[in-house]
Amino acid sequence: MLGITPSQTVGPFYAYCLTPTKYKLHEIFTNDLIVPGLEGETIRIEGRVLDGDNVGVPDAMVEIWQADAKGGFAHAREHQGANTGFKGFGRVEPDNEGKYHFITIKPGRVKTPDGKLQAPHIDVALFARGMLKHLVTRIYFADEESNKDDPVLMQVPADRRDTLIAKPQSGNGREKVYRFDIRIQEGAEGPPETQFFEA
Amino acid sequence: MTMHFPRDSAKVHPPSLFPYYTSTVKRAPKRPLIILPQTETELTGPAYGHEVVQPGDSDLTTQHEGTPIGQRIIVSGRVLDEDGRPVPNTLIEIWQANAAGRYVHINDQHDAPLDPNFSGAGRVVTDNEGRYKFITIRPGAYSWQNHENAWRPAHIHFSLFGPSFLSRLVTQMYFPDDPLFDYDPMFTSVDPKARQRMVSRFSLFTTIPEWGLGFEWDIVLRGTNATPMEQ
Repeated sequence: MLGITPSQTVGPFYAYCLTPTKYKLHEIFTNDLIVPGLEGETIRIEGRVLDGDNVGVPDAMVEIWQADAKGGFAHAREHQGANTGFKGFGRVEPDNEGKYHFITIKPGRVKTPDGKLQAPHIDVALFARGMLKHLVTRIYFADEESNKDDPVLMQVPADRRDTLIAKPQSGNGREKVYRFDIRIQEGAEGPPETQFFEA
Repeated sequence: MTMHFPRDSAKVHPPSLFPYYTSTVKRAPKRPLIILPQTETELTGPAYGHEVVQPGDSDLTTQHEGTPIGQRIIVSGRVLDEDGRPVPNTLIEIWQANAAGRYVHINDQHDAPLDPNFSGAGRVVTDNEGRYKFITIRPGAYSWQNHENAWRPAHIHFSLFGPSFLSRLVTQMYFPDDPLFDYDPMFTSVDPKARQRMVSRFSLFTTIPEWGLGFEWDIVLRGTNATPMEQ
């Protein structure tokens, strides 16, 4: 067995390579996952990345990975090289106040290895200056009945589950909007930090 | 055949809280992490291959009209899993400072010149044997605000996907025998036994006469082959 390469921070200067909206490099990844002909309910997930002082984190990077509306993944093993179809992956650099958003579809249900259906969810990888390794969390949706039987949510203490639930907001007339703040660390006062996972 | 991702392997990653790197203090969770079962969401991952890379993306010395200032280097190696098997067709993204230690990023105010012929961003996709190669300029060290007289050792940032969400890795490649290693809170955040895994080695084999110096660096991502259940 080989030892894996250790993680190091993404640092403050990644944007001109990884999210080069303001730079010359062509963009591969964006925060809009919608492609023509895509089945499913279009949603907007928005929120802020916040630090232990409850201050927005502009030099973070948020990535999401999710199933399509039927619970299927655009995975490498099935990948045929064509850049078409739903990729299920998004990446965004928050703004100066740590605000971010994604436009995507509500994912379908995905099975666990022992065949149980999970509630619709999106995996999140959070990177930032000041983070030597990325953090992993999940987004669930407040209006999903199946949350109460979700095998991952059930492993989270009841009083911590709410930090993983995106809340419906008043609509913007285009797509359903959910709010999901990512609190890296809780302070002496204020809201609890997001539950993160060891993946 | 599916991959298996042992959790113990990931313990080599540095801690979230490492006070010597002062920015970790407000950016580390206080609550314990919860073990996430490895479901299909975790065992699959983004699929991006050769179609997203453009010709010239892997040569950082030819992205502008002129030639950048600095020592031309060839950085090459393989991407492997924990079994030593190559990880083919996986996207690598890199970014770095120029020879003077200055990043193109609009927020970098370090007192060193920009090079109009160097942006410092590159991409490549590994071949069928997991091999990659970049041509670039050896980056300079730079000063930062972490502590009194703090300087980062020269490094190139690497971002990789591998076969799944669990193999995702962002790291930094260092150069051999950098005198700044012992003073760097990022390098020293890693267990001493594993630090050398982040350090490239000089290679006369990949050095090109009268042209550029070769450095080789293999990257090992999480993942082993799942062993079929034996009765």
